[in-house]
Amino acid sequence: MAERLLKNISTRGLKKTAKKGMQYRKEAMISYAILFIGYAVLQIGAMTGIVGRNLQGQFVPICVYVSLAISLNLVVGISGELSLGHAGFMAVGAFTGIIVMRVLEQYITIVPVRLIIALLVAAFVASIAGFIIGIPILSLRGDYLAIVTLAFGEIVRNFMNVLHFALDDKGHLKFAFNHTIEGITNEQRIITGAIGATGVTKTATFTYAMLLTAFTLFIVLNLKNSKQGRAIMAIRDNRIAGESIGLDVKKYKLIAFVVSAALAGMAGCMFGQNYSTLAPVKFNFNTSVLILVFVVLGGIGNIWGGMIAAALLTILPEAFRQFADYRMLTYAIVLILVMICTYNPAIKARIQNIWKKINPLKRKKDEGKKDKKKKSGKEAE
Amino acid sequence: MADKKDKRDEFRDIDISDSGHAYENRQEIYYNDNVGGRAVFVDSKEQYEPDEPYNDEVFIPEKDRGKTPILQVKNLGIDFGGLTAVDNFNLTLGRTEIGGLIGPNGAGKTTIFNMLTKVYEPTRGEIFFDGKSTKGMNTVDINKAGMARTFQNIRLFDNLTVEENIKVALHHTTNYGLIDGMLHTPKYRHEEFRIRKEAMKYLKIFGMTKTADYKAGSLPYGAQRRLEIMRALATKPKLLLLDEPAAGMNPSETTELMDTIREIRDRFQIAVFLIEHDMSLVMGICEGIVVLNYGRVIAKGWPEEIQSNPKVIEAYLGKSRGKMKEEEEKEKADIEKAFRKGRLESAASGKPDRKESE
Repeated sequence: MAERLLKNISTRGLKKTAKKGMQYRKEAMISYAILFIGYAVLQIGAMTGIVGRNLQGQFVPICVYVSLAISLNLVVGISGELSLGHAGFMAVGAFTGIIVMRVLEQYITIVPVRLIIALLVAAFVASIAGFIIGIPILSLRGDYLAIVTLAFGEIVRNFMNVLHFALDDKGHLKFAFNHTIEGITNEQRIITGAIGATGVTKTATFTYAMLLTAFTLFIVLNLKNSKQGRAIMAIRDNRIAGESIGLDVKKYKLIAFVVSAALAGMAGCMFGQNYSTLAPVKFNFNTSVLILVFVVLGGIGNIWGGMIAAALLTILPEAFRQFADYRMLTYAIVLILVMICTYNPAIKARIQNIWKKINPLKRKKDEGKKDKKKKSGKEAE
Repeated sequence: MADKKDKRDEFRDIDISDSGHAYENRQEIYYNDNVGGRAVFVDSKEQYEPDEPYNDEVFIPEKDRGKTPILQVKNLGIDFGGLTAVDNFNLTLGRTEIGGLIGPNGAGKTTIFNMLTKVYEPTRGEIFFDGKSTKGMNTVDINKAGMARTFQNIRLFDNLTVEENIKVALHHTTNYGLIDGMLHTPKYRHEEFRIRKEAMKYLKIFGMTKTADYKAGSLPYGAQRRLEIMRALATKPKLLLLDEPAAGMNPSETTELMDTIREIRDRFQIAVFLIEHDMSLVMGICEGIVVLNYGRVIAKGWPEEIQSNPKVIEAYLGKSRGKMKEEEEKEKADIEKAFRKGRLESAASGKPDRKESE
């Protein structure tokens, strides 16, 4: 019946409206542009020698943190749940990636292929971790969910502390839990408990890391502009209304959580490939909070904002290394200032006024928008 | 129980015959149990006999008789703690009927909607939707079975655009998986274009295509109400539950809404069940009306019958003073009668049962 009625309605006016309403396209364009410009600037800087050695060493971590910020935004911004265990998924991905890379070394000599396989396996294992942790906790909300994810991050880190992996003479993978593997030379060890992974061949490059970031961005932006993404955002906006139109709340929350975990696992895998040694202590609570800070500072739900925040907060401490003593102090002050400026309406309005005066182009646009809104409001009435 | 009876007597002793104020009269109704006001403190499960059998087809419009009713509710009731919010609610709704549910504030109308959509699990009674019991179903299943609703306090997805609000509601008919969604495969593109067209068609019914790109939260109130109805409609329901659709609308908007509701019913051939305080809307479009007070059905019937039903007038405006005096005299006479017969105790401890005496 419904179909018959809908058939009678023409969609002649459709093209017009379809062209206009592409806010996602705008967001995607800005995000990809930032990524591309960032890549170009850093690459040129590195080639001409403007960017110092220390900072060049940070290129891969920058990319990794940017993609972590993007993937965490999927949970915090799009799904609206606070997650404090993102470093846990990163750790799962990092150690899985290291093991896979080491095992495959003898079979596949081409590094990019090996890296892609490692990334996929890392994503798979991290998504399983996300699924296992997601099922029980997604019936929790708000603070309780945050507490459980925090605990998850810590559990993963402590679990890594007692894990032992090694490759023996025959090339078999050996595994031990809570005790060292005997009859193995130091070179054959992959992961040694609290010492972590040792003897990792560095395979991550800036380009690979940037491609991974682009992939993460692609997935998250696409997901946001799909049936599933809309459902996730709808549930965030109004859970009860979402249920009333037949959205399976748990399923969609789980999708957001698992996809985010998989992407974090991939980022972690790339992170692990950037260091010759990697201890589990690297993935502690501070790292989780750091990623959350990127997201919050960039604006919850604002993907490119989180990207910029992640890049800046990784570059700045490195660039001002000589003031290392005051680093955490200024860091705190800057964070507090940003929070005040973005949440205090009076200061926010003042900043916006100044911004309008500086930027005449934007002012015109805003006025145009207002006019349009007024018109449509009248028509609607 | 004894305390409760004392309390009731206390209230009965309050002399309100001098005050003609409607509100105070309503207080009296509350503690008098002639219009169902016993919900609060009288255990009435045994006393109550349903006014009408639940499957009575008398209350369905003629055009729908003979077909399976879209909604059959049998002795529905819910308790919150010790409080009985709704009790013995019976309803039969025809396949293409526009039904109305009215009653004073706090009568339990929205609670009934919440029970129908399983936001609350009913304590008693059964609901048959399209001939099937909804026992064990949750809100999501109910929607998938074909019941959609709107909310009294608008619940839109504020940060999504108008178009997306409709698209979310269309998600069951959107056929692509998570991988398609993440990678934007050709299947995704095809389906997205199709549902965008469909969403636009829904927007066109309400004349809202021009606001398609605005955030739902930024719309004016009337438009938000219409969007909510559209969103419910986009889930392709067989029964549409509207919780105060005309709240906050001006008279011309209400008239427009009436036409739209009628049009939706005629063209989609679905049933509509609505809660409304605006009597012009209810009397204008509803084919059958149920009146609720203190969780009980106090009247059922066609709009004309409801308008002239003394119980309904009482519930809304309070008892007329003349009638109250009449009743008081009757009560006195009853007591005197009982006294004469030597049944003083029974009359003094409880209220005389009017049904018997009448």
